Amino acid sequence: MALPIYASPVQRVWHYFFIVLCTAIFLYLLVPIFVIMPLSFNSVPYFSYPMEGYSLRWYEEFFTSDQWLLGLKNSIIVGVFATLVATTLGTLAALGLNRADFRGKTAMMAILISPIIIPIVITAAGMFYFYASIGLSSTLTGLVLAHAALGVPFVVITVSATLVGFDHNLVRAGASLGANPFRVFFKVTLPMILPGVVSGALFAFITSWDELVVAIFLAGAEEHTLPRRMWSGIRELLSPTITAVATMLILFSILLMVTMELLRRRTERLRGIRN
Amino acid sequence: MTATADSTESAFLAGNNTLKSRLRRAERMRKVWALALIAPMFVFLMVSFVIPIVSLLKLSVEDLEVSKALPLTVEAFKAWDGEGFPPPEAMQVFAQELVVAEENKTLGSATRRLNYSLSGFKSMLKKTGRKAEDDLAGVPADQILDAFIAIDKDWGDPAYWRAIKDAVGPLSDYYALWALDRQRDADGDIVMRPSTQSIYVDVLLRTLEISVAVTLICFVLGLPIAYLLATLPTSRSNLLLILVLLPFWTSLLVRTTAWIVLLQNQGLINDTGIWLGLWNEPLELIRNRFGVYVAMVHILLPFMILPIFSVMKGINPWHMRAAESLGAHRWKAFLKVYLPQCLPGIGAGTLLVFILSLGYYITPALVGGPQDQMISFWIVENMSSTLNWGLAAALSMILLLLTLVFFFIYNRFVGFDKLRLG
Repeated sequence: MALPIYASPVQRVWHYFFIVLCTAIFLYLLVPIFVIMPLSFNSVPYFSYPMEGYSLRWYEEFFTSDQWLLGLKNSIIVGVFATLVATTLGTLAALGLNRADFRGKTAMMAILISPIIIPIVITAAGMFYFYASIGLSSTLTGLVLAHAALGVPFVVITVSATLVGFDHNLVRAGASLGANPFRVFFKVTLPMILPGVVSGALFAFITSWDELVVAIFLAGAEEHTLPRRMWSGIRELLSPTITAVATMLILFSILLMVTMELLRRRTERLRGIRN
Repeated sequence: MTATADSTESAFLAGNNTLKSRLRRAERMRKVWALALIAPMFVFLMVSFVIPIVSLLKLSVEDLEVSKALPLTVEAFKAWDGEGFPPPEAMQVFAQELVVAEENKTLGSATRRLNYSLSGFKSMLKKTGRKAEDDLAGVPADQILDAFIAIDKDWGDPAYWRAIKDAVGPLSDYYALWALDRQRDADGDIVMRPSTQSIYVDVLLRTLEISVAVTLICFVLGLPIAYLLATLPTSRSNLLLILVLLPFWTSLLVRTTAWIVLLQNQGLINDTGIWLGLWNEPLELIRNRFGVYVAMVHILLPFMILPIFSVMKGINPWHMRAAESLGAHRWKAFLKVYLPQCLPGIGAGTLLVFILSLGYYITPALVGGPQDQMISFWIVENMSSTLNWGLAAALSMILLLLTLVFFFIYNRFVGFDKLRLG
């Protein structure tokens, strides 16, 4: 992006305009995230700077409120189980899709990808209608099934991407040395594709963790997840406790993002060695 | 000599055949294994995802409320051609069934359905139901219509009888037409609904308008950033890429909340503006279209930047220099040489942003006003507030078809296996 020394004045003006423009867009992207975090430490319940003093009272309010803690607990339960279901089914399916070509594979892929594409409100309304008829609405089980369905595509996509560079001769080698298919899977295949499986699992977890629309439809008051609590909180009165929750969620996202990035680098490094 | 050669050859051929069949068997086994591995996920998605959506969409073409509550009446009304009043015998069946339905309290959803056709039907039917046992049961055929009229004079209007006939189901385009602000008149022709009920075409156009505007703004803001990222040295562009990915990874609800904090009347932007003396009264930045655009573009911008960036990264920067050295103006070189090479990324980004924004619900619901709600909002509204599931299903069908059309284009143009996740 450096400006060449022979740049004309017009080019110089454009160059600086471009830099100012890009800075402004980056500010637009980042300001909301970085503005809300300090406000959660405000000692008074207003959303304005300069802040009068610092306190942890909004965090205290979160950790002493039964409702928020119930939401946290539900979010963790639903997230963990949805991730388990999505990761198991998704990894197996990715292995199968990678193994052979067969008729209807494209149709299968289309169905598989559809939870990402179909507008979430349609999914949520459909699940609300159908799960109610089989007694699964207002249960954590229903929410786990719903979130697992939304997470499966991400697992299949990430694991499939890892499998692209997978050398099937290793599986044959394992089998030729006398290992049964399960042993081959756990001793050879799984360790090789583990970074993909873990990133897929993280994707599935964050999908469930952030999911709100299905939770609005499917969760009764006892099954409120964290986003569902935030949603009713925002609609009633935007209290600073919500900024505290938002801050913790942002930090959690950063943590997950760093993990994903490290996993990605590890995969790339491993590939580099093999090639 | 020849005989031996023949036998070796045939033995070789035979061996070849078994090898062939064994290979074929191995290949078949592979396919069986592959299908066995995919099957659990397929079954799971079918039960937890596909069947629920299909069963919802089915509601958009069904019309079963009345036939469920009043099966015999529906049967009796089938013989009637819909002109004037139904035959008195059919009215008698209706009267009998009202008595039973009133006793079992099974009339609820049928009255709601009939009230969609003609407002006032609900209260009239309730009143008639209450009095059915005393005033209608056992009334002879020649007096039955008068008995109905005695309970409510509106029964003297054939339109109400006809509304029952129109709602006998089992299939009907009633909700699909409603979702497009249309209905059938007495002759069965498709006409506009009264303007007080006609909102959904507007909602559909508004959904498209917001999606197009959000896509355009995302493109205008995303292109410079993608270009910057693609032309910087990798170490610095990686750092900036994290700044793009950070909002991408932060939950939609958190980001929408942040925008409420910034934009509301006592929010940061208004406070700062007034404090600096830029304006005196709080500006209306939220609960209007401006707020919707600001928040939605913020959420969708990374989906525009990432595909364009990944295409731009692969473009040889020397192409631009070559064009300039051949005498093209810098802008001409950009437009004629650089931009056409970015088209796959631009196509992917714009289509993705457009498809995603079509289905937005949370953000407009929180930062938009009543005039900024998109089609998803009305699906939720009809699903949970007015309990008009048929209409909600019909609106879902429209939204789904719209999404699938653009996804089909995306698939032809980009390929859904290249869906970027970050």
